[in-house]
This record gives sequence, C-alpha cells and structure tokens, in this order.
Amino acid sequence: MANQEIDRSKRRFLVATTMTIGGVATAGVATPLVMSMMPSEAAKAAGAPVEVDLGRIEPGMKLDVEWRGRPVWIIRRTEEMYKGLAGLADQVADPNSEMPLQPKYCQNVGRSIKPEYLVLIGICTHLGCVPVAKLAEGGETDMGDTWKGGFHCPCHGSKFDLAGRVFKSQPAPKNLIVPPYKFLSDTRMLIGEDQA
Amino acid sequence: MKKLLNWVDERFPLSALWKTHLAEYYAPKNFNFWYFFGALAMFVLVLQIVTGIFLTMNYKPDAAQAFASVEYIMRDVSGGWIIRYMHSTGASMFFAVVYLHMFRGLLYGSYRKPRELIWIFGMLIYLCLMAEAFLGYLLPWGQMSFWGAQVIINLFDAIPFIGPDLALWIRGDYVVSDVTLNRFFAFHVIAVPLVLLGLVMAHLMALHEVGSNNPDGIEIKKNLDPNTGKPIDGIPFHPYYIVKDIVGVVVFLMVFSVIMFFVPEMWGYFLEANNFIPANPLSTPSHIAPLWYFTPYYAMLRAVPSFFGSQFPGVVVMGLATMIFFLLPWLDRGKVKSIRYRGWIYKTALTLFVISFLVLAVLGTMPPSDLLTWIARILTIVYFAFFVLMPWYTKIDKTKPEPDRLT
Repeated sequence: MANQEIDRSKRRFLVATTMTIGGVATAGVATPLVMSMMPSEAAKAAGAPVEVDLGRIEPGMKLDVEWRGRPVWIIRRTEEMYKGLAGLADQVADPNSEMPLQPKYCQNVGRSIKPEYLVLIGICTHLGCVPVAKLAEGGETDMGDTWKGGFHCPCHGSKFDLAGRVFKSQPAPKNLIVPPYKFLSDTRMLIGEDQA
Repeated sequence: MKKLLNWVDERFPLSALWKTHLAEYYAPKNFNFWYFFGALAMFVLVLQIVTGIFLTMNYKPDAAQAFASVEYIMRDVSGGWIIRYMHSTGASMFFAVVYLHMFRGLLYGSYRKPRELIWIFGMLIYLCLMAEAFLGYLLPWGQMSFWGAQVIINLFDAIPFIGPDLALWIRGDYVVSDVTLNRFFAFHVIAVPLVLLGLVMAHLMALHEVGSNNPDGIEIKKNLDPNTGKPIDGIPFHPYYIVKDIVGVVVFLMVFSVIMFFVPEMWGYFLEANNFIPANPLSTPSHIAPLWYFTPYYAMLRAVPSFFGSQFPGVVVMGLATMIFFLLPWLDRGKVKSIRYRGWIYKTALTLFVISFLVLAVLGTMPPSDLLTWIARILTIVYFAFFVLMPWYTKIDKTKPEPDRLT
C-alpha cells in the first residue's frame, strides 16, 4: 500500500461527484422547506372572488370591501366627477393608463367598465399604505382649492385622482391597481373574476 | 481541584481556552471610553436572549391572540412588564451600543488590515441585528408592527421580475397575515439568533487571532518583550479589561434602568404609540415611521424619486447605504489608522458623515415635505460621498507620524 502511486485525478473525480450528488440532495431537501413558505392552499382559497351589492352605494360615495385581505374600493362617481377626469390629463403621470395596472377592459379615461363605478385596490403603489379618500372638491377637503377630488396617501403624501391615476412627481410611481371584476347584473358586481 | 482541572484538560482544552481568550489575551493598555461598547453589545445580546426566552413562555404567535398575549404579559404575568420592557429597551440599546461600537471602528481605523474579516463579521452581525429587530417588531401585532412590515416587505416587491413572487414568498399570503406573523416568530426566536451567535463567535475568534486595535492605531505585536515574548504595551484581558468592562456594564445598567423604569416608550422612539392599537389591515396609521435605529435609511428611501415607474432606485440606495460599509477596509488608503494621526480632510469627512447620518435619522422620523426631502437628498449624497471619495481623500490627507509605542 505504502508505495502505491496516488491516483490524483481519480480522487478529484470522486470528490467532485460526491460533492455534486451531495449538492443535488441538499437542493432536493431544501425544496419542500422553501416551498412551504409559499401561500398555503387555505390562503389561496381565501383569495376567492367577492360579490358586492351596488345598491348600497349613494352617488359620490365609496364602499370598502375586502378581497384577498386587501381593501377594495368601489366608488360610485357622479357625472361631474367623471367629466372632471378628462381635464386632468396633463397633471397625471399616466393619463392613458398605459402601464398594465388594470384589466384590458378598463383601459379608458375612467379606468372602469362603466363610467359610474370605479373599482380600485386601496393600496398605495408606493409602499403599500391605504390612501385616504378625499372625494369632495377643493375647499371641502384639506387638499387645497384646486383639488378635484381623489385620494391622498397619508404615509408619503402621494395624490391620486378619481380614476386612481397618480399625479406627476409623487412618491408613488404608478396608478392605483384596478382588480379584475365583472357585473353580474346592474346592481351586483363580482370582484376577483374577469369580465367574459 | 487541581486534579479535576487536569482531568478536564486532558479531555477538553479548558485551561487553554481560558488562557488564549482571557488570561493571556494581551490587549493594548490604552483602551479608552470607546472600547466599552463591544463588551456592552455582548452583554445586551445575553440580556435579549434571556428576556426573549421568558417572553416566549407567554407570547402567542397567532394573529388572533398575539396582541392580547402581549397585554397579558404586561398586566397579568408576574414581572411580565419588566421582562418585556427589558427586551424592548434592550433592542434600542443594542442598536445604540452597536452604532457607537461601529463609530469607534471609524475613529481608530479598526477595520484596516489585518482586521478586514473582523469588520465583515461585524457588519454581518449588524445586518442580522436589523433583521432581528424588524422581525421582532411584527410580533406585538400592533398597527405599527403590521404597517411597518407591510412597507418593508413591499420593498422586495419593487425588485424587478422576481419582486412580486419574492414578497409573496416572504409573506406566505397576499397580505401580511397570521401566516407571516407565525413565520416571523420562527425567524425571530430561533433562526436569526442562531446565525447571530455564530457570527459573534467568528467576530471574536478573528479578533483574538489578530489582536485588538487601539486608539493609536498601531500594532502592539510589533513591540514584544524579549524575555517573555509578550507585547510590551499589552495587558492581559483578564483581569484588567474584565474589571474595566464590569464598570462599563454598571454605568450602562444605570442608564438602562432609568429608561426602563421611567420612560420605557421613550416618547414613541422605543415603542410607538400606534403600536398599542391592534393591527388593522384596512386602516393605515396617518404617519408610518420606523423605530429610530432605521430612520437614516428610511429617510434615504423616501428621498430617492421614483423613475421609469419604479420605486426600485430608492430600495437600491437604501440597500447600498447599509452594504457599502463592507467595502470600508478597501476604500481607506490612509497611511495611518487612527484619527489621532490623520489630517484635517479625514476629520472633516468623518464629521460630515456623522452629521448626515444623524440628521437623516431625525428626518426619517418626520412626516415628508418638499423641503425636508431636498435636505435628505443632499445628505444622502454626503453619506455616499464619504465612502465613494474615500480612496482619494484618505490618500492625499496630510497625516502625522505614528508613534513607535502606545501613548
């Protein structure tokens, strides 16, 4: 044994293969551990669509519902509110909603299926706070006289209009997200499922 | 007794360990005030672990019960309030001593060759500490716990491509929920502390390998006593520095007790008022600010404008601001280590850096406004300039000659 030549390349090969196999085994064992941290089946089930009765909302008012644990707002816009949106095109960052933050069928001035109902996820696109609704115009809120109604994030001051479009040069980079939704009838809405 | 010790020593290097790390670990004889904070950090670590163990005995990591269980600890558990206040005050004091400990490193060039690894291990400890503080802050399940976690996890959301899935993976749900609370508990009480202890060991082993730096920034190992082979300017850690550090611990505990007994909430800087309201996912507090030790980075995050429709740049700046410390050993090209022998340029740079750090910390606690954002932007640039320009200004700085022996 003592004077036997050491086959270094064989050693290197054995070390390399052992390490490779060991690495594969480690990765294999780590997979269930890492995957266990993804949402469980129960958490996914809790993300099911939510049905809303629109009859409860007065014109110019907002209803909060919860979907996937997130606040979803349904704002019933008055005609003046809707008409005001067009005039803000030069003040908002993404007037034509070119960023994919809404379903395709909501890529319009009002960011909605029907002009009357605006549906938004009420979480600021900056860092996830819930903006405060300042739906009334100018003087009735503390937003200054030029305010046309919209939302104001208390955390870092981002401002959004009545279509959830962010104003220019705000901390929030994007418009508020419009979730998938559809109308079941004139007064019933399903949030969390796309329009056919 | 001697026989018992011999019996152990033949089986475990007890005396050898005692000698290398305490009785015959020679530390420079000129340690000053700034050298208290390493020992104090270790003391606070033990305090946090012990109080933490006792808190887990009554705390429930469940979204429905967490808030109430903390109140139960505060009101009904015998001595529960003091254990909890020790832990919450300890968290803030941990950062206070660690920041002072790091500042000591900047003053005397303790990160310089051959102590690069000590510095890197130390920085990793600092990162673990930040993770630990963030994870622990969710556990009381108050409004600030919830919304703080929401904001921080959404930082990951901003990372291009993998961001949304990564944030989902961290939360384990579409929002911060019971699932998130439960896993944060697991990380806070077992995963991160284990890593932290390992890193503290590595930090100390690396320190005892190369020996401590000192306020003069010169190596005591260069001057050995020809008879004993020990550094002439070194004194054994035990008993000299053990005794010195005990005095430090006593003074520290005085300050600690005053805070714990009289102002445990520190007017909202150690425990925020909003966190005494149970978490509510549908209502954001009107002003979200992190605890004081994160505010410099938070101010930077807010100061960076979003561009190309992404808040990612702000997140990157915040990340870089913490990570750039790692490069310090290689950025500093000064001929001397200690501030005592550096020229006016480094002294000015360090002063500006400390000012920018402190003012950013203050700005981070305040609601945003246009003026403050601009101040924060300028200070963020100052902060980074300290590091980025360091290779040049430390090189041209006029240094004084280092002494041969400690002064």
